[in-house]
Amino acid sequence: MMMGKMNARFRPLLAGAAMSMLVFSAAPSFAETPADTLVLAWAIDDTITLDPGESFEISPAEFIGNSYDMLVRLDIADTTKVKGGIAESWTVSDDGLTYTFKLKPGLKFASGNPITAEDVAWSFERVVKMDKSPAFILTQFGLTGENVAEKAKAAGENTFVFTVDKAYAPSFVLNCLTATVGAVVDKKLVLEHVAPVTPTDDYKFDNDFGNGWLKTGFAGSGPFKIRDWRANELLVLERNDNYYGDKPALARIIYRHVKESATQRLMLETGDIDVARNLEPGDLDAVSKNEKLATTSAPKGTVYYISLNQKNETLAKPEVRQAFKYLVDYDAIGSTLIKGIGEIRQTYQPKGVLGSLDEAPFKLDVAKAKELLEKAGLKDGFSVTMDVRSSQPVTGIAESIQQTVGQAGIKLEIIPGDGKQTLTKYRARNHDIYIGQWGMDYWDPNSNAETFTSNPDNKDDAATKTLAWRNSWDVPELTAQTKAALLERDNAKRAEMYQKLQKESLDTSPFVMIFQQTEVAGLRGNVKNYKLGPSFDSNFLAPVTK
Amino acid sequence: MSNTQTRAEAKRESGRASARAAAIARFVVIVVTTYLGLLAVTFFIGRVIPIDPVLAIVGDRAPAHVVERTRIEMGLNLPYYQQFFLYVKGALQGDFGTSVLTTNPVMSDIRRVFPATMELASLGTIIGALFGIPLGVLAAVKRGSIVDQIVRIIGLVGYSVPIFWLGLLGLLVFYARLRWTAGPGRIDVVFEYTFTPITGFYLLDSILHRDWAAFRDIFAHIILPASLLGYFSLAYISRMTRSFMLNELQQEYIVAARAKGLSETRIIWGHALRNAAVPLVTVIALSYANLLEGSVLTETVFAWPGLGLYITNSLQNADMNAVLGGTLVIGSVFIALNLFSDLLYRVLDPRTRIR
Repeated sequence: MMMGKMNARFRPLLAGAAMSMLVFSAAPSFAETPADTLVLAWAIDDTITLDPGESFEISPAEFIGNSYDMLVRLDIADTTKVKGGIAESWTVSDDGLTYTFKLKPGLKFASGNPITAEDVAWSFERVVKMDKSPAFILTQFGLTGENVAEKAKAAGENTFVFTVDKAYAPSFVLNCLTATVGAVVDKKLVLEHVAPVTPTDDYKFDNDFGNGWLKTGFAGSGPFKIRDWRANELLVLERNDNYYGDKPALARIIYRHVKESATQRLMLETGDIDVARNLEPGDLDAVSKNEKLATTSAPKGTVYYISLNQKNETLAKPEVRQAFKYLVDYDAIGSTLIKGIGEIRQTYQPKGVLGSLDEAPFKLDVAKAKELLEKAGLKDGFSVTMDVRSSQPVTGIAESIQQTVGQAGIKLEIIPGDGKQTLTKYRARNHDIYIGQWGMDYWDPNSNAETFTSNPDNKDDAATKTLAWRNSWDVPELTAQTKAALLERDNAKRAEMYQKLQKESLDTSPFVMIFQQTEVAGLRGNVKNYKLGPSFDSNFLAPVTK
Repeated sequence: MSNTQTRAEAKRESGRASARAAAIARFVVIVVTTYLGLLAVTFFIGRVIPIDPVLAIVGDRAPAHVVERTRIEMGLNLPYYQQFFLYVKGALQGDFGTSVLTTNPVMSDIRRVFPATMELASLGTIIGALFGIPLGVLAAVKRGSIVDQIVRIIGLVGYSVPIFWLGLLGLLVFYARLRWTAGPGRIDVVFEYTFTPITGFYLLDSILHRDWAAFRDIFAHIILPASLLGYFSLAYISRMTRSFMLNELQQEYIVAARAKGLSETRIIWGHALRNAAVPLVTVIALSYANLLEGSVLTETVFAWPGLGLYITNSLQNADMNAVLGGTLVIGSVFIALNLFSDLLYRVLDPRTRIR
């Protein structure tokens, strides 16, 4: 009787336990990822479009870099040079205004359509006419909706002629053409998908140049085809059998959207993924100690910095700007917070780009900083705020700086916020101090020089809003030097000019440069030839084998 | 006499009908006001949060003229009330706008992410109720005993341990070490191109396809996050069951039942729990609704492409069409669950039925 009562009372529990057993016995056997497929876990929620004429974020740069081809590509062996992509050769006219590209013969798009100079010309035309975020990389050469057909045109089936408005350094022009915005799209295919648009004052054309379709579609000729994209979920690349170069060894690449570093590590250890892309220092360390796994890394063109708004009178004092550079504990940050994911760098040009300068004159020196503050009449310190987005390693660095500036009597209040929120405030010049990151728009020193040391108009409603502008740093002299470097056709001299710019801004700029990002990836032991490039569009996957 | 009776009955009948009509009208007014209020509050919060919605589309590096043009294209240059009016007008015509983050119409996104969340929350609630109710009953029956204390501790841990941490721990133990369950995500990549969703509820879809290998894989993926959510609703459900049961067990009808010589099992499970079930329905419905809207962290840890993650991500980018669409869905879920628990009340408790 008692037994019966017990049974009845515990029946639901027993049933639950039995169900759990059933569940666990139903668990699948754990196979590795398919042999012809590379599975990567990566935070890909920044992908909002796959149209090379519109896309300007990190993860789509990698997708486009692997699935489209450009006239010229960055030479991974020497990143200060470019090599042919679709173009077999090119010449620059003596006046430096005309670039003539000869295309490799017999190339095809993934669709099977032939690649002609007409496709290249139309790709330029649609970028300029759509005028989306990355269009300035091409329009800075004097292209407009009205003149693009004339300035970027086909002269025969395999000859493309590009005319620029000034005699720029050829390295600058060619470097810009390696950007994803320079991707050549399949004109015939895209034209089948254009949607009509009613022209307005801001947009004078009657169609969308296939932008609506290409946001999720594909019209390229790279080693892979984009087969499927489900926002915030996955992206699938498939081998392009029409690719002219070495065919990829793997048939398929699957990117799974996984944000968490710890989750990625577990998936890698278990064999559910082949590559983990967002490992934080702790997880990276564990992966590197696991004998079944490997790691790889490469310095990227992204630098982290803190900047002092010159609208704040205290921060505008030259001694204060300098004092901050002595109040960062570079060694501690380098050995803990960014260990493995970055390298201390005090100049704004990333390592590997033409004209980068490897100087690092600053170290934590509270006495020197105090001296400078005293000279500025701030012996007793002052109070100031810093806008910090809530993510690592930024928060950790901000806390470290809060503590070190405190030693010199500066009371730093951290205002935490979401990424877009702090950015909105920064862009409106409403901050005191901002901690941020900047990735190169294209692989040329002008990209960072133009933003860190040029500010053509410091008014609130300026048309060009560089980082120098965001911090209200009015520097006509450096702005002129930056412009001049663009027109220096001798590469060695050009490199020197950029080094001079960096040297001059080291002491005086309101930017306290902290580190250059190192991109890291954890790999399964059987993944071979997986190499990260200097930019995200040069993280090439075609050579990878398993 | 019979004439008077008929008249009185007709009067009662018409009274009942008008009461019913009034109840329906009241319900419609409440629903419409709720939706409008929900939309207005979400809309204006979305407009006053200090995030520039244009940033999500053009990024940080776009030239100033591109930013301005996009602002105009998005209608952000119009006064707030006009923007709101245009949104509501579109929504009434079934156009909830396009998400700037995914480039899809909001409703097509929601059709994709909502089943993922609903499947997870439903299984979580089933697990929570299946274990929570018996535990609560046990704690009430053995009040003050060691069993009661254990149930209390289980509940306390469920309430207080961060779900994020527990999720990672669950993955570490059951997925990485013991290999009992599958890892993050809804389905293994090997099924990615052989399995075609029909309803978006993957378990159901795999049954409809009679694809048992996929079913096992999907089940192995869902069971860990669902158990985790189940544990959290278990914590709530068991505490509430305990208190409802304690209340019931002190009632006179229990004494009467005991005096009649009914078995303890029958008294507890057949009589007391049956009466406690009425308020429990609301508790379970509320817990279900909470799981439907509040499993953001679980979805993050388990890389689960669900509604919570969708709304949070959209909010962080001020993608307001997506946020508003998501809010409407959650609002509808709350209204539907309220309605459902009201109806269930009537089934379970004859006193609440309109006579």
